Amino acid sequence: MTKAKRNRLIYNIVTFALVIGAFLLLQSMIANKSITRSLKGQLVPICCWVVMAVSLNLVIGISGELSLGHAGFMSVGAYTGAVISGWLLNAHGVDNTTLRLVLAIVAGGMAAGVMGALIGIPVLRLRGDYLAIVTLAFGEIIRNLVNVLYVGVADGRLTFSFLNKSMPEGVTMLVDGAKGAVKIKPISTFTAGFVLILITLIVVLNLVNSRAGRAIKATRDNRIAAESMGVPVTKYKMMAFVTAAALAGMAGALYGLNSSTVVPTQFTFNQSINVLVFVVLGGLGNVLGSVISATLLTVLPEMLRAFSDYRMLVYAVVLILVMIFTNNPLIRSVLSSAVAPIKRALRGKKQGGETA
Amino acid sequence: MIFLDNLINGLSLGSIYAIIALGYTMVYGIAKMLNFAHGDVIMIGAYIAFCGLQYWGLPPVIAILAAMAVCTLLGVTIEGLAYRPLRQATSLAVLITAIGMSYLLQNIALMIWGANPKSFPRTFINGASIRIGQLSISSATIWTILANIVIMVALTLFTAKTKMGKAMRCVSEDRGAAELMGINVNRTISMTFAIGSALAAIAGVLLCSSYPILQPTTGSMPGIKAFTAAVFGGIGSIPGAMIGGVLLGVIEIFGKAYISTELGDAIVFAVLIVVLLVKPTGLLGKPVREKV
Repeated sequence: MTKAKRNRLIYNIVTFALVIGAFLLLQSMIANKSITRSLKGQLVPICCWVVMAVSLNLVIGISGELSLGHAGFMSVGAYTGAVISGWLLNAHGVDNTTLRLVLAIVAGGMAAGVMGALIGIPVLRLRGDYLAIVTLAFGEIIRNLVNVLYVGVADGRLTFSFLNKSMPEGVTMLVDGAKGAVKIKPISTFTAGFVLILITLIVVLNLVNSRAGRAIKATRDNRIAAESMGVPVTKYKMMAFVTAAALAGMAGALYGLNSSTVVPTQFTFNQSINVLVFVVLGGLGNVLGSVISATLLTVLPEMLRAFSDYRMLVYAVVLILVMIFTNNPLIRSVLSSAVAPIKRALRGKKQGGETA
Repeated sequence: MIFLDNLINGLSLGSIYAIIALGYTMVYGIAKMLNFAHGDVIMIGAYIAFCGLQYWGLPPVIAILAAMAVCTLLGVTIEGLAYRPLRQATSLAVLITAIGMSYLLQNIALMIWGANPKSFPRTFINGASIRIGQLSISSATIWTILANIVIMVALTLFTAKTKMGKAMRCVSEDRGAAELMGINVNRTISMTFAIGSALAAIAGVLLCSSYPILQPTTGSMPGIKAFTAAVFGGIGSIPGAMIGGVLLGVIEIFGKAYISTELGDAIVFAVLIVVLLVKPTGLLGKPVREKV
């Protein structure tokens, strides 16, 4: 086993062990009721934001493109999930909540994935920062569209209408324009969120360490070089982008089915930036970092209420400083020369330990 | 008649987009970066003009000049503090920094001026409207279109004739070669930011004269649409920004009038996606070959 391979294995084991450990710890806390109410209410959202952060990291950190519409994909997933769940319950009488949740999440992921493919096709063949602006535009378009979308279910059939609410008699509204998706039966569970995180981690870590993942990273590091080695750049960028969109849609479905209503204003540009902050603070390309920062930054603002006014201000400063500190050659060399003696000392100690 | 009304409104809105788009396109052409914070510089400019008019009792022209001065300073400071250290970094890092800067400006404005929308005072810009037959054209519209034409001519002359303008074109063509020819690249980029930000202040005042609601997020949506306009016209091209801006404004107003009010923004952004599908370099952009 080569050193790189061993490091990767250790990294993956640590990532999974941390997530599974945290889940077991929280489950035991729930079992003996030592968990606070506010934290318990946040367990499902935390799972959603972790999935969002890891999937956005796939786009930003691994494939090196900036997506600013991640909340848009989440919203597609949330709405699809709410409609599917409502349809299954009202039209087919599916009472099994687990089955409904799973089908809703799968449908949400598929819908968001299709959206991702539709956007990716025109944009990912271009060079430059177009993906950022188009995904941003997409987020706004989605918000505009769901504002005038009406979906009802009657006699086992879904009725869609657009712009004006023209519904047949005796219809149960599922999506009611600017009021959002209404009368959702909350069926999301922490266990489902945990399973979704595991699926996300398996998908993303496997993709990153596969042949396709190496190709994606090659296109990030040098597009021209990768292209001349015969790597189909657009195809691999699409693969990363669509996977991330589908995962965001699944997180959205879980998030939507966690409360009784979903409104379009929940998925604004601000939410996309929130997820971006998770990714940047956790480290671009670092999956475990995304998991940790998404968890902490979801829990902390709830605990530090006084801080909430300045949250976005601090986030903005964090984005700027992290970028300057990690990318400016001068600051980097100063930092690494400051860190080098510590590293050397650590290594020396380790070697000493091995010989002893 | 309604058609003409809409057309004139579209031209007016489009002229504002065009002035904002100039800032985006110049910076993109020269520094090869998408300055996300540009939309928020507009908002700061509008707030400074607002303070000048409302609190300090300045005459309108002086208030606008003050806004331009503050924005120029702001633009140069942002460039020097946040973007210059990242000159060698990947475009992803610069873009994330620019987004951070955009949020920073919005939150600073939120702390200084609060979240409550302020109504922008009336000045000579929104004076009496002019009637031609049944058609009534507001004075803000006329000022906006006039300002747009003046800026367009001045900027074209500036880039074509002056030494600094030529330096800008050189840097946008090939930064390395320009540096070898003795052009101070950093100063040229600063100058670009200065001009773009001064124009942003004008755009802010014009925007708030036509749509007099001022809040910390005022600049972000017009900013994004203006960037769309810049891409539409061909990013990096000054006449392209003009044409793209005006066309986008007309499309937005017609879309709102004839298709759906709620979908106005969606239509504008759908245009962006269609443009990128059909002609990624925009209307006037030239395809650039990448050299290895």
